[in-house]
This record gives sequence, C-alpha cells and structure tokens, in this order.
Amino acid sequence: MSAAVLIDGAYLIAAVLFIVGLKRLGSPDTARSGNMLGALGMLIAIAATLFSQEILGFGAILAGLAIGGLIGLVLARTVQMTAMPQLVAVFNGFGGGASALVAVDEYIRLGEAGASATPDVAVTIALSILIGTVTFSGSMVAFGKLQGVVSGNAVKYPLQNASNALIALGILAVSGWLIAAYDPRALLILVGAAFAFGILLVIPIGGADMPVVIALLNSYSGLAASAAGFVLANDILIISGALVGASGLILTSIMCRAMNRSLANVLFGAFGVGGSAAAIGPGADGDRTVREITPGDAAVLMAYSKSVVVVPGYGLAVAQAQHQVREMGELLEAKGVDVRYAIHPVAGRMPGHMNVLLAEANVPYPQLWEMERINPEMERTDVVLIVGANDVVNPSANDDPGSPIYGMPIIEVSRATNTIVLKRSLSPGFAGIDNPLFYAESNRMMFGDAKDSITELVQELKSL
Amino acid sequence: MIEALLVSVTIFVLAMFVGFEVITKVPTILHTPLMSGSNAISGIAIIGALLVAGRLSGTLSVVLGVIAVAMAAINVVGGFLVTDRMLQMFKRKEDG
Repeated sequence: MSAAVLIDGAYLIAAVLFIVGLKRLGSPDTARSGNMLGALGMLIAIAATLFSQEILGFGAILAGLAIGGLIGLVLARTVQMTAMPQLVAVFNGFGGGASALVAVDEYIRLGEAGASATPDVAVTIALSILIGTVTFSGSMVAFGKLQGVVSGNAVKYPLQNASNALIALGILAVSGWLIAAYDPRALLILVGAAFAFGILLVIPIGGADMPVVIALLNSYSGLAASAAGFVLANDILIISGALVGASGLILTSIMCRAMNRSLANVLFGAFGVGGSAAAIGPGADGDRTVREITPGDAAVLMAYSKSVVVVPGYGLAVAQAQHQVREMGELLEAKGVDVRYAIHPVAGRMPGHMNVLLAEANVPYPQLWEMERINPEMERTDVVLIVGANDVVNPSANDDPGSPIYGMPIIEVSRATNTIVLKRSLSPGFAGIDNPLFYAESNRMMFGDAKDSITELVQELKSL
Repeated sequence: MIEALLVSVTIFVLAMFVGFEVITKVPTILHTPLMSGSNAISGIAIIGALLVAGRLSGTLSVVLGVIAVAMAAINVVGGFLVTDRMLQMFKRKEDG
C-alpha cells in the first residue's frame, strides 16, 4: 500500500472521530469524551499528514507547530473563565486566518510556477480567501468589542448598508480579476477588501447581539476550512469544515430564535441605537414609581421563601459576582429554600455564557434551568432575583406589540410573587428598550454594583 | 477538473447534512463547549497549512505557511484544551 492510501485511511478515521465527537458534545454526560475524541481525530490527521510526500522540509513546520501549540496551551490554561467569549472569538479568527493563508499561498505558488490556476481552482481560491479573511477580521473586531477595546455598542454611520454593498461588489469584481489571470495585485486588493468587509460587518452589531455573531463566526471558521479543502482538493478539510459550518449554523439559528429575529435583521439592523421610539430614558418616567429594597429586607424575603429563582445576565459577568451568587444560593439552600437559576439562551455575550460563568463558580448544572423549563414554574416561585439581566425579562416582549423586542421569548418573571432587580440605575439595557418590569407592583429595585449588593445580601443572610 | 470539483461539492453537501443531523438539539449548558470544541475541529485547516508550509516552494510561500501552521495550531491546541477545562467544571454535584 502506498503512503497516500494510508494517509487517506487515517483521514477517514479522523472524520469518523470528529462526527462521533460532535455527537457526544451534545449531551452533558458524554461531552468531555466527545471533545477528547475530536482531539484524537485531529492528532491522527496531523500525524498522517506528516508522512505526506508533498512535505519536503520539516524545520518550518515544526517551528510553526511549536510556536502555535505553545501559545494555544498558555492561552487555554491561563485564560479567566470570564474572558471565554473573547477567547472563542480569537480562536475562530485564527482558524479563519489560517485557511485564508493556505489559499493565498496556493495562489502564489501556482502563479510563480507559471501554471496559473484553472478557473475552478481559482474560484475556490477566491472564495477561501474571502471567507477566511472575513472570519479573521470579523473575529478580531468581536474580540475588541468583548474586551472593551472597541465600542461594544452598535456603531452606526450614514449609508452603512450602501457602503457594505459597494465593498461586496468590489470584492466580486476583484475576484473576477483574480480568477481571469494571475496577478499579485488582485490578490492584495482581495485580501484588503475582505479584511475591511469583515470589520464593517461586525462593527455595527451591538453587545446584546454578540451571541449571534460569535456563533456565526464559528460557522464561518468551519466554512473557511472547507473552502481551503476545495483549494487543495483535500477531503478531510472539506468534511470537517462542513461539520463545523453546520454546527455553527444550528447555534446561530438557535440564538436568532431566542431573540425572535432573523439573521439579516441582526446583521444589518443595527439594533438598539435610538431607532425606535420605545426607548424611553429614566427622565421620562412620568408618574410611574419605583420601589426600592435594602439588602437586609431582601435577605429576609428570600430566606423565608420556598422557592427562589436567580436570573443571571451579562451584568453578572461584568460585576464578576458569580461566586457571591453561588454563596448566596448555598446559604438559602441551607435554610431549606429551593434555589434554581433560569438561563435565557442569549443571556451574556456568547451562546452558553451564563452556564460557563456559573459552572466556574461551582454551581451544579442540574440547578441551571432552561427558559422553556423554568417558565411554567414561575407561578410557584416566591422570589425571582434578576442579576444584571434586562431585555430577557422584559414583559414588553409578551404584551406590547409596539416594542422592538415584541415576540421575543422571555423568562416570565412577572408571574412570580416577587421580583427583585439588581441594577446600577434605571437606564435601559443594551437594546435601549424601556422595561416596565421595573415599575411593576410586585417588583423591587436594588440599586448599585451587583457584586457589592450580593455581598451585602450574603452578610445579611449569615446574620439571620 | 470539473468532475473532481463535483466530487468535492458532493462530499461537502453530504457532510453538511451529517452535521445538521448530528447536532440537532443541544442543551443551553453545552452551547459554549460545543462552539469551542467544534471550533477546534475547524482548526483542521492545519492540515492544509502543513502541506503548503512543507513543500518549500519559495521563501514567501514558506513564511506564509509557517504563519498559517502557527495560527491553526493555536486554534487546535487552545480550542481542545479550553473546551476540556470548561467541561471539567460542569458537575452534577459539588466536589463531584
């Protein structure tokens, strides 16, 4: 048997391991082994590739593997769990960047050999560069937004969609040029235009929509790998990339459904930047009154309840209050209170953000309830404590057809006996939408930093 | 040439369907690990990077290849490790 046959056999094993691994990632009990199967598949694929007769020198390869592996190791080991959204964005970007570079490299090699690419190969090269570069630059902007280097708000400027369309047309034109004849200038312009396009696509997207973007970039990183597979006519790249592309698309659609919006609306809607008249500032409260509660009173209210539900949101991550929340939950449980956490699918800045945050604080995952499961329990809940969440508990989504978030599935906290909202001020959330919950009869506000408020709550609970 | 491309497209389409079938219903708790784990798999681009970096066809080509290998290696190594670290935290019971 030739080396090529053995390598293809190894790739087949790797592809099967990826599929089984992804399948196992779908259930909490098997997820860890699924991830390990994926890693094993990757190891087999890499090891087999090193036997390829196309590889003539190992020095450069080993240097790249050592540098990248070490950086990956350090990042994975040292990153704070609160920085997970940024890290996922960076990894997405690097995957996309690598795919784009593979295509660029192939284009240069074909051109220098004077054997300019046949049209079908050239099309795949252009596509691969485009998807990979957009994934790279888009992910870097997402990283910047999540890290706070770039404004996390929706950045809007005049003729936004028109200028995006213009760049898209330019990309089409230069791709045609690149396909028609070998020209390094066409290559440079395509990379530059795709880079700009990635930035412009992500920059107008506001913080609350980040879970959609992260999931979409995840899908792109897979499609970029697939495209690189087309360029090199390599099946394992095509298969693995398609699997990731599909899983990313599924996550993206889950996120969109959780916000009752279409993908196009998320990408091009520039949501929540004063577009809607429903955004009412704290100054326009009129005769609506807000009732405050002290941590001491809240502690008594919760300690003598049967059932308490905590609704975490991005504010919990910002305040880094997850450990205090867990301590509060444990104190309440010791007093015989049933404590659960209600997780909205788009709470936070990436899919599953709140789960990661609370798991880091050692909250056992059976206490984390999904929105569909917890909503029917709300009527039997005595106190709902809302920590840094806003739009995902906004009753306007259910009963105000004029609201921009009307129709979005929410955690129906207003059906509980009491609600307590922990918030810095009455300012509207990221989507800039007023929340009638704050003024409800059964609601109390606890103003201030979530971490400080919950630390006080914990002290009060201890002294009860 | 076109026939080869068609075979590739066939593989791509079928793999997409496999992906959709395999990952139909994912509980919220696993959204992040699924994303970072599948992202590590998309680091499969490392195979392409290894091939272009290893064929030694000109300095520029090798430099680009090495950068691609390094980026993909960050994605692969970091992705699988951080996913494992995350999944380790998901426990049914404390100290479990």
